Amino acid sequence: MNNLITRATPYLQATPLLALLGFFLAVPILLLLIVSFWDYDFAGMYPAFVTFNYAETLGSWVTWKTYGNTLKFAAIVWAITAFLGFWVAYFLAFHVRTATMQMVLFLVCTVPFLTSNIIRMISWIPVLGRNGLVNSGLVGAGIIDQPLEWLLYSDFAVILAMVHLYTLFMVTPIFNNMMRIDKSLVEAARDAGAKDWQIIWNVILPLAKPGIAIGTIFVVTLVMADFSTVQVMSGGQSASVALMMRNQMSLLQYPAAAANAVVLLVLVLLMVAGILRIVDIRKEL
Amino acid sequence: MTGTTRTSGISRRNVLKGGVAAAAGAAIGSGAITGFPTIWAQNPITLRQFGTGVSNLNAIAEKCKEDLGITLEMTATDSDAAAQRAVTQPDSYDIADVEYWILKKVFPAGVIQPMDISRLKYYDQIVPLFKTGKLLPDSVIAQGTAPHTVGFVEGPNSREFATGETGWFTMVPTIYNADTLGIRPDLVGREITSWADIMAPEFKGKTAIINVPSIGIMDAAMILEAMGAVTYGDKGNMTQEEIDKTIDFLIKAKQDGQFRAFWKSFDESVNLMSSGEVVIQSMWSPAVAAVRSKGIECKYQPLKEGYRSWGGGMGLAAHLSGAQLDAAYEYINWYTSGWVGGYLNRQGYYSANMETAKQHMSEDEWGFWIEGKPAQSDILAPDGTVMEKAGAVRDGGSFEERMGKVACWNSVMDEDRYMVRRWNEFIAA
Repeated sequence: MNNLITRATPYLQATPLLALLGFFLAVPILLLLIVSFWDYDFAGMYPAFVTFNYAETLGSWVTWKTYGNTLKFAAIVWAITAFLGFWVAYFLAFHVRTATMQMVLFLVCTVPFLTSNIIRMISWIPVLGRNGLVNSGLVGAGIIDQPLEWLLYSDFAVILAMVHLYTLFMVTPIFNNMMRIDKSLVEAARDAGAKDWQIIWNVILPLAKPGIAIGTIFVVTLVMADFSTVQVMSGGQSASVALMMRNQMSLLQYPAAAANAVVLLVLVLLMVAGILRIVDIRKEL
Repeated sequence: MTGTTRTSGISRRNVLKGGVAAAAGAAIGSGAITGFPTIWAQNPITLRQFGTGVSNLNAIAEKCKEDLGITLEMTATDSDAAAQRAVTQPDSYDIADVEYWILKKVFPAGVIQPMDISRLKYYDQIVPLFKTGKLLPDSVIAQGTAPHTVGFVEGPNSREFATGETGWFTMVPTIYNADTLGIRPDLVGREITSWADIMAPEFKGKTAIINVPSIGIMDAAMILEAMGAVTYGDKGNMTQEEIDKTIDFLIKAKQDGQFRAFWKSFDESVNLMSSGEVVIQSMWSPAVAAVRSKGIECKYQPLKEGYRSWGGGMGLAAHLSGAQLDAAYEYINWYTSGWVGGYLNRQGYYSANMETAKQHMSEDEWGFWIEGKPAQSDILAPDGTVMEKAGAVRDGGSFEERMGKVACWNSVMDEDRYMVRRWNEFIAA
């Protein structure tokens, strides 16, 4: 009897989380999967098993081009945020001496996040616009004759806004990770005659990998699922996967949007699996 | 209780919210007023109204409660959701307030009951546009889903639209307007006279069109027809070949950099225009007013090819009967008796009952909004702010000049799904 309770305890302890994840994660995803095979018209969805939602999604060059475009954004934004995130975290973790100052500076990094995503994004518009701050400054200083058109409503604007929005998601896990690196390892490397860049390359970077991997998961999934930044900053000139889904949903084509969501989910899961294969994030945590 | 629920979405009527927000505040709590002038006071009646049009105007619910004692529960949605709800939840509403092209989709489902015109007090005063399709005897009937083509049925149980005027109405028309391009007169630097001007080389990178497929495609058709690039059998019901030609042309123009942006929401169109990013674009009339209210010049430019127009009305749900049906008719008769008409006219929309609306507008207001005369004194919005200064003239002129030049009505195409798919290609290209 006692034995039974002992064996059942871990399951009972896991039950609340299981129920929570089951109800809020597994069930919705299952529904999504089911609906993606349904038929639809303007008035509603009809239970059925049809595959044309997938056929239309995967068979159209728009989908491929849109996925290509979204992956391009993800790759560029990832590269920039990883670079920035690494150096900001490195500075905070190894060059700021007191723990208090480290926390103060880290909090400073989070200050912009006290306003909403949308506000931070939209505030770029008056800065980058044809008659915006940058252009009027450059024209006023006589550096250029004509305002630069590509500053706003372009891929440049989308990437700039995304880097601005998502860099902190890179800084935080890397910083957290670096704080746990034993300082004596750095000292040992220095005693062994390593130069600064060798310490960074051979000691700190390998040990910071789990942090970079977690940051990468955040940034990649956020960029892949973004629609508002792309719509607002590209002025509707550029497409993203989530924007395509939103278009379908606004026309009540839910099964088509569900099929699209399933494809995106599979792709993102594969990417995350790939990241986890390369880096063991449990190590050093 | 008077309550409204709003979904966020892209509905042209959502933009009404801004204009009337101030007037809306007092609607809550009107349930406490006692002493109604009609029998509904003893036997409280609630009508549930949902849709895209006047359902956003809380001021109307408030006034209705005051005048009739009927409580209006209003729900506003975007047009696609309205079409879906009308068909799939016919018992969830008493009055459907939708555009005529939505009616064309939903009426055959049998969810709206035909309206007996002998019970409509002001039927005779409804403008002929909704009866014959002609505002003036010599007007040309516009393309697309013209309201009169889906306005009548043969009898109380009929589900097929009649070809001419009969004793049975599908909806009573309420609100409509004529849309055109908005321009920045200070930045375009020349006369704008045609829809084709949006494609002029000198405006390269300074134009925008709306990214709502069903409306964007119509604006595109007006542009391409004006350029002579495509000839359409019916712009409101294109063939696949016509859709292909239109989208291919748009894709090419996009790749050549003709467009600065594609806007999806009201505020985006206002910002594009007021920041000077764009000097000529698709626009809705309240957006033009919003740009002007910032002190920036903006004109709702009349064009020689005419306007793209839209119109909405109110239909009775099929389940209505007895006292509820009587109340619905009384509501509609109150609605068309003038106060609401004046209210809509003052917002820059048009009422279908102009004669009754006139009695609820000052001579100056009537002159400015309807007759196209210069304003004698400042024209005020319902909340008391100045909309137009004394001396201003409405863009496009009088009601007859504007609504008499409709080239095409908003519509639903047989090839709707194909069109949406191609439109997405245009945006992704």
